[in-house]
Amino acid sequence: MAAAPTTAPGIPWSETLPRRGHLGILALILTESVFFSIFVVAYIFYLGKSLTGPFPRDVLSLPIINTICLLSSSITIVVAIRALRSGSIRNFAIWWAVTFALGFEFMIGTALEWHRLIYHEGLTIRTNLFGTTYYSLVGLHALHVTVGLLLILLVLILTMCGYMNDRHVERTDVLSWYWHFVDAVWVVVFITVYLIGR
Amino acid sequence: MAGSIDHEIPLSATDDLQSLPVLGKLHEWVVTVDHKRLGIMYIAGGLVFFLVAGLQAATIRLQLAFPDGNIVSPQVFNRLMTVHGTAMVFLVGMPILTGFFNYLVPLMVGARDLAFPRLNAFGFWLWLFGSLLLYFSYIAGDGLYGAGSAPDVGWFAYAPLTELPFSRGNSTDYWILSILLTSVGTTATAINLIATAFCMRCEGMTLNKMPVLVWLAIVVAFMMIVALPPLSAAQAMLLADRFLGAHFFDTQAGGSAILWQHFFWIFGHPEVYILVIPAFAFASEIIPVFSRKVIFGYSVMVAASAAIAFVSLSVWAHHMFSVGMTPAGNAFFAASSMVVGVPTGIKIFNWLGTMWGGKLRFRVPMLFCLAFLFQFLIAGLTGIMLAVAPFDWQVTDTYFVVAHFHYVLVGAIIFMDFAAIYYWFPKATGRMLSETLGKWHFWLFLIGFHLTFDTMHFAGLRGMPRRIYTYQPGRGLETLNFVESIGALMQGVAVLILVINVIRSLRSGEAAGNDPWDAWTLEWSTSSPPPEYNFAEPPVVRSRRPLWDLKHPEDPDWKYE
Repeated sequence: MAAAPTTAPGIPWSETLPRRGHLGILALILTESVFFSIFVVAYIFYLGKSLTGPFPRDVLSLPIINTICLLSSSITIVVAIRALRSGSIRNFAIWWAVTFALGFEFMIGTALEWHRLIYHEGLTIRTNLFGTTYYSLVGLHALHVTVGLLLILLVLILTMCGYMNDRHVERTDVLSWYWHFVDAVWVVVFITVYLIGR
Repeated sequence: MAGSIDHEIPLSATDDLQSLPVLGKLHEWVVTVDHKRLGIMYIAGGLVFFLVAGLQAATIRLQLAFPDGNIVSPQVFNRLMTVHGTAMVFLVGMPILTGFFNYLVPLMVGARDLAFPRLNAFGFWLWLFGSLLLYFSYIAGDGLYGAGSAPDVGWFAYAPLTELPFSRGNSTDYWILSILLTSVGTTATAINLIATAFCMRCEGMTLNKMPVLVWLAIVVAFMMIVALPPLSAAQAMLLADRFLGAHFFDTQAGGSAILWQHFFWIFGHPEVYILVIPAFAFASEIIPVFSRKVIFGYSVMVAASAAIAFVSLSVWAHHMFSVGMTPAGNAFFAASSMVVGVPTGIKIFNWLGTMWGGKLRFRVPMLFCLAFLFQFLIAGLTGIMLAVAPFDWQVTDTYFVVAHFHYVLVGAIIFMDFAAIYYWFPKATGRMLSETLGKWHFWLFLIGFHLTFDTMHFAGLRGMPRRIYTYQPGRGLETLNFVESIGALMQGVAVLILVINVIRSLRSGEAAGNDPWDAWTLEWSTSSPPPEYNFAEPPVVRSRRPLWDLKHPEDPDWKYE
């Protein structure tokens, strides 16, 4: 096993391989996408099949502010990582906190919507097929937002304690890919539940 | 080695462990993140469950050996066949294949470990405790209802029959949670395998120079990632139905009675290929070494496996011809199922091409490979028969189907698991398995296998239904069933010989040396068993057979590839 002439001169072998963090998160995103798609299929399959009310067109309203907040958090997280890459920890902390706040607003919005549906419209997971599929699909997404928020909060705390520096760019980048995925899923959920489903 | 590490840890607990060598050893294995140890634990765990689920199969055969059998009650029989099926797929087939990939992929790509060692350990413990949960149901499945112990709903657990009104007690919940946990563990391993194969290869090993086994590990990992979530999602829905009062599969509230079947088989059919592609992987490593030739058609072999994986994602409803789909649906799923036969045929021809003109060595691993080729061909042919929807209507839910899938699961997968055990055991332990006992194991298992499962085809064609706990005399089934049970007994004895062989070799087996088979992939270049760090210095490769290059510097492979 003598020296290998296979790589281009000047580039060390290990740099020609993809980063394991990125590949790992891509694989996780793929498996989660399939998981979500089964719930989306169930939602569409059961559209209009509820035997009793309340029905989607009576109780659902478009969560515009929520959507704007969640989607713009994908932009702020990119800005934050760009700041980290250029070495500005302070700017990173600010934009990272903004990302957390936007995601948190989304969860508050979801909580208010669920409160209204449960206590004023009388829709629970047991009520009918709409309730069953609605709470499971939207709840599954909200669960993923919650996990993302916990991870973002962890990074925020570590930043406050002064442990953050530009060596962690790749790790925060991996986390941001997950966050983009959660946002992309919301686009699908929004179209399925609030546009097609209404 | 381990002792010196323990000394550096100034914890009193560790000192206590040192005074008890057994506990110390156990502690080492419990806290390990080494891919080789986890691989061995996966395989050993899988083999233990193989013995347990095999005993359950033996009980089933004992019950069916004679007409009007009275060994077990119908209720116990239903639990036996449910737990046997579930365990053989999730507690035996899956861990043995993940175990081998765990052990071999880092060694074959010249890496120190998998990409995420701690994730790997997490996956293993999740799998182990998930598996224990399935058998724990025998103790705890009663719940508060006194409604029966272990799950009795069949391995595919069709909803709505698994809904709360029809399946009281907690036994079904144990089935759901057990499989859900093992699936999460398996997904973790799949992510790990992909990241390892793509990101951890040693210098010079381009994708085109990876061993075929590593390519097929990537294919299997992708299939796990895509095929397991439908099952997990459906199980999450069933849990919501059972515990939260949701209505996914509740026909009274407008839910569908066949949605579960679709979700299950979207997982279930690819699962067959998740289990059998590792068998292809073992064959693609073992057959060349015992034919003394390079594998015939490397790139076609890889492409055919990827094609099988891709096509197998769109064949699921051939399990559902009898639910009454549209003619277009039947035609589509019949045609797509037959398409799988094309790349599979290519692979069989490639293995034959590898052997053609080679210097064949009929050692035990090769014997299992030869039987595998023959049996997998038959299994594929009955598969094509079952893909013809009108034929399927005649034999669905009979012993013909049972015979077909056991031909795949035992005749192909278990045979290749045995081949892999005989082939890599010397690497993992440093000791050879006995060739004589191995041949006894092979021939007894081969004859037993054919007595049992060839005969089942005919019992099925004569109309013996699947999952039936007994049958009346005078229907032409007595002789067939008796022969099947004799075959099962022979297979049991053969497995016992394997157990004896393993124990004997561990105690006093012949030393193996680094490279007992004169093989060509990287795992044979390090010591047996390999040190924790695998390779003293990172290997550098120039061809698909790095050890050939090393042994034959006058005629290296890289001149021709």
